[in-house]
Amino acid sequence: MELIAEKICHAYGNLKVLDDVSLTIRSGEIVAILGPSGCGKSTLLRFLGGLERPTSGQVLMAGAPPALSLNPLTYVFQDFALAPWRTVFGNVALPLEHHPMSAAERMERVMSALARVNLTDFAHAYPRQLSGGMKQRASIARALAVNPAVLLMDEPLSALDAQTRELLMDDLTRLWGETAFTAVYITHNLSEAVRLGHRVVVLSRRPGRIRQIVPIDVPIAERREGHPALAETTARIWSLIREEAAEADRELTDVA
Amino acid sequence: MSPDLKPVPFRGGGFAPRPVRGAAAAAFLAVLLLWWAATRFGWISPIALPRPGEVATAVLDMVRSGELWQHLAASLARLVVGWGIGAMFGLIVGFAIGLSSLARATALPLVSALFPIPKIALLPLFIIWFGIGEASKYATIAFGVFSPMVIAAFGGVDAVDRGLIRMAQSFGMPTRDIIRKIVLPGAMPALLSGVRISASIGIILLTAAEMIGAQYGIGALVLAAGNLMQVDRLLAGVLFLSALGLTVSLLIGIAEKTLLKWR
Repeated sequence: MELIAEKICHAYGNLKVLDDVSLTIRSGEIVAILGPSGCGKSTLLRFLGGLERPTSGQVLMAGAPPALSLNPLTYVFQDFALAPWRTVFGNVALPLEHHPMSAAERMERVMSALARVNLTDFAHAYPRQLSGGMKQRASIARALAVNPAVLLMDEPLSALDAQTRELLMDDLTRLWGETAFTAVYITHNLSEAVRLGHRVVVLSRRPGRIRQIVPIDVPIAERREGHPALAETTARIWSLIREEAAEADRELTDVA
Repeated sequence: MSPDLKPVPFRGGGFAPRPVRGAAAAAFLAVLLLWWAATRFGWISPIALPRPGEVATAVLDMVRSGELWQHLAASLARLVVGWGIGAMFGLIVGFAIGLSSLARATALPLVSALFPIPKIALLPLFIIWFGIGEASKYATIAFGVFSPMVIAAFGGVDAVDRGLIRMAQSFGMPTRDIIRKIVLPGAMPALLSGVRISASIGIILLTAAEMIGAQYGIGALVLAAGNLMQVDRLLAGVLFLSALGLTVSLLIGIAEKTLLKWR
């Protein structure tokens, strides 16, 4: 299944946040959307999954989602969005509960999702008992359990410390290696974008426009710190966004 | 230690309450002792305040004769029915206000206008409407419980993490499931504190309502004892009220421990 954003424009009142963004997410690829804070990239992601409506433009799905997909467009949130009153198991089971299936099948789906992110041993822990990294693994397991066609990841590693972020990037790389999934990966972190994206969409400052789409040909499994081609791409994108990042840094933030 | 070396003075500590063993028992004992001394040495007239022993005897007499259970059963029935009705309607209206803009725009101003009325002022009205019997007492308690429950419920719904609701929507959960599995547990801490507040309001109104046209009930007991200058029985009734309040609060504490164990 492909996800197509067509001429998305959005404004909050008089404030333009997105301007004419068109983008196609192809099946099996990770598209990293990179932009400074306040460029509307999270807003764009909410449009992609139908949580919000743009002022103009539309988002289209091309082709049928996989037959077993319970929720074709599935989010992974920056703040994990785990229900604190449910265990890890209960949180992963939550989006399965309104689908007709046997208890055994639900259990099977939850346990296999937990196994994929190595959380089997923590199935009965409550979120407050988990580290940030484990919380995000639980939320990734929840997303995998519904067998999504496209994963919509909203700065999934931004709430984590640098070491945990590395570990989670390894996890995501491994997961993609096991079964190639389709994902939109929103980030303001250049190294995450270059590490995980097949294509990096560079957005401008507000109002967000696509400045450039940078394809990265190095297979995701081979991407390491200090890989020469990656270093070159990183430097190129950095030179592209450096000035804007500096300007964004000086800007007063009075807009949500 | 050389003369220009000084240890850094300690400035931290405090502001962290810790349990002190036996302090509670000692405080009760001190009050009892003061009470006993005041009556024993004639600082207070025995007509105004009987000795602790006399009050204890009054309590024991009432337990033995079964009088206590008659009063307690009558009071508990009123509290349970009155509180139950008020809390149920309060929850329904509170959730409606929390979940629907129309309900908020219409019901919230009404509830806000209702809230500051001392509900005991409505008891005479309810007696005219429902008669002197049980119904007017149920109505007074239910009415008093209603508004704090509404406010707790809609405040609890408002405080539910919008990120979790967004998450539930993003997984295509039906609205009914979102209310049951996200909004209800998310509002639970506020609901339980609403239960706590409304239960204590319920006990106040129960006592007041029982002072009008009731044969049994702890309020009736206290009033009758007062009319006959039986201060020992009066204080026994007050002790029962304290015990009732403590028991209710203990039960709510247990409910909090089980329902909010995830916190």
